[in-house]
Amino acid sequence: MRVSFFSTCLVDMFFPDIGVSAIRLLRRLDCQVDFPEGQTCCGQPAWNSGFREEAEKMAEAIIRAFAESEYVVAPSGSCAGMIRSVYPQLFEGRPELQAQARALAAKTYELSEFLVKILRVDLREQGAHFEGTVAYHTSCHMTRELGVREEPFQLLDQVEGVVRKDLERPDLCCGFGGTFSVKQPELSVAMADEKIADLDGTGAGYLVGADPACLMHLRGRLERLGKGQKVLHLAELLEMATRPARKEDRP
Amino acid sequence: MSAMRDRVQRQLEKVSQRTAVAKATRHHYHTRRKQWAKMAEDGRLQSLRDWVRDVKNQALNNNDQVLAQFKASLEARGGHVHFAATAEDAVRQVVEIATAHGARLAVKAKSMASEEIHLNPALEKAGIEPVETDLGEYIVQLAGQPPVHIVGPALHMTRYDVAELFEEKLGEPMSTDPEALTAVARRVLREKFLQADIGITGGNAGIAETGTVVLFTNEGNGRMVTSLPRVMVTVIGLEKMVATWADFEPILTLLPRSATGQNSTVYVSAITGPRRPGEIDGPEELHVIVLDAGRSKLLGTKYQDALRCFRCGACLNCCPVFRQLGGHAYGTTYGGPIGVTITPLMKGFMEHADLLDACSLCGACTEACAVQVPLHHFIRDQKEERAQSAYTSGMERFLFRAWSWAWSSPGRYRLVARLAKWLSRPFTKNGYLTWHPGPLGAWGAGREFPAPAARSLRDRWEELEREVNP
Repeated sequence: MRVSFFSTCLVDMFFPDIGVSAIRLLRRLDCQVDFPEGQTCCGQPAWNSGFREEAEKMAEAIIRAFAESEYVVAPSGSCAGMIRSVYPQLFEGRPELQAQARALAAKTYELSEFLVKILRVDLREQGAHFEGTVAYHTSCHMTRELGVREEPFQLLDQVEGVVRKDLERPDLCCGFGGTFSVKQPELSVAMADEKIADLDGTGAGYLVGADPACLMHLRGRLERLGKGQKVLHLAELLEMATRPARKEDRP
Repeated sequence: MSAMRDRVQRQLEKVSQRTAVAKATRHHYHTRRKQWAKMAEDGRLQSLRDWVRDVKNQALNNNDQVLAQFKASLEARGGHVHFAATAEDAVRQVVEIATAHGARLAVKAKSMASEEIHLNPALEKAGIEPVETDLGEYIVQLAGQPPVHIVGPALHMTRYDVAELFEEKLGEPMSTDPEALTAVARRVLREKFLQADIGITGGNAGIAETGTVVLFTNEGNGRMVTSLPRVMVTVIGLEKMVATWADFEPILTLLPRSATGQNSTVYVSAITGPRRPGEIDGPEELHVIVLDAGRSKLLGTKYQDALRCFRCGACLNCCPVFRQLGGHAYGTTYGGPIGVTITPLMKGFMEHADLLDACSLCGACTEACAVQVPLHHFIRDQKEERAQSAYTSGMERFLFRAWSWAWSSPGRYRLVARLAKWLSRPFTKNGYLTWHPGPLGAWGAGREFPAPAARSLRDRWEELEREVNP
């Protein structure tokens, strides 16, 4: 299966390790991965701030970059959600672009969704193993715009050694919210603190999520507070869990 | 700094209030979810939500006819109907009615519409003492505060706060037992009910075919306000009208279940005209003031759907921002997602456009909205109007334009990314920035911000490709 990886700007610039993990994971699951050079940013910050034209321009670049792709997979529920639920409404009155936007929306997936719905993986077959207590951070746009709710949990449950410690209020936003994080920084941090209190309550050692922006915000706060929980993207956890070397190491 | 951010900062310091609000909204969130789960199990949740949506849409699409029918029906039963285009008009009408009857004391059932028009100060100015009779409203009235939540006006206060308040304002010996506190309020309010010249209510629904006003209450105070005083005045938003009793049925079922999670409120009072010959109670004179105050501006626009709101408060209870703040920090009558959505539309866009930032666009409200208002989409859509308006600084507009120009081309994107990497290098320690210029200052005050990676993913792709696609 041919997969075009949409790294998202955050992963490309700030968290390339997440991208490397996701690509290795996809390769391990027999996907042929490419990285279209033309990709930049999905434009969501502009859209969420009300700058429609600015968002449209960036969407056009993304549509062009992935025009030839069979599947587009992103390690971010939020960015995949932008493409799937917003792009098709961006080009009213420009039928050609709108058709292209719809076509892109139809082939774009968030990573965990792609693994479960399209690849139908069972990581137990890979002998997936990772030792750790894990609280999974449910991200808003991934669940509410994309409708991807159960997939990350299904994948985590396929990893031997993972002990799930679920958050009490997974429905609550972590407070990132794009430009919200700098327009209402005090509120944004208060929301992070509530999420972190929930995390503390679970006793989990790892906070795992599928949206790099939420993780950047929560990790940034954890770091500032000097707290010990480790933050991982789901792709990083799954990549570590399926590393062939680990399998051989095991008795 | 926006006025909203300023209010947020001050509110965040009120730790006891924040704890109380978080606890109460969490409780209401869970009770609603339980009720909804039960209805979903019975296979009627979605059909009920659709049913309410449809009857409300129909009433809003034909608002003129529905209002005319309400007026005709109520007048045929001896009531009086007034239309108030503005909050000031509504206040003037209430005060005129009260003074015409020489009223000195007005008892009030819980009404957000009367809060919205700031009725109480106007009554006081006219020499009429307004007394709130809903326990929560009574508490915030004594405290000199507006309600903090559209369903639970005093849910930001603990019983210790209430005990202190009662001691200070009513001279009652301190007791922190909720039952004892309620008994105090009941004793004080009973007296007021008997002395009151006029009763003032809001309305949870108006039914046009009979000219009926319906009140949902839990304490029986609504029943007293509408049956004891000689004169009754209702202030009701024009969007609360439905055409028929049949149209009211789904509201009766869905509203309490979405608000407090009850199957039904303890009292449902339906008042159809003044007391008729032979009836033993009820007002001798009844006035209904149908309030516009900016509502009709939404009619016929895409935002009309927001007028379906029946004020259950579910969006407040699920909102991650509201639970941090409570309603006061919004600085408006209606806080939370519904307040953020309707206040700029109804009460003036420029003055209230800063409310739009009191939202992380998480979408929890849209999911929780019983009447399916796409709240967070409406909030975002208004940001689009805000971006085009004079509210938005030329600087912000320029920054978005420049960023979009740079990042809609792969070449320019790469250049900017490289530049950011080089520039940040001297200010990087352990992978985080040590200096937070521009908008990053707001980030850096409470959080670390990562430095751009030494090698971006696209810089690593060539090598990675050799590894994964040999």
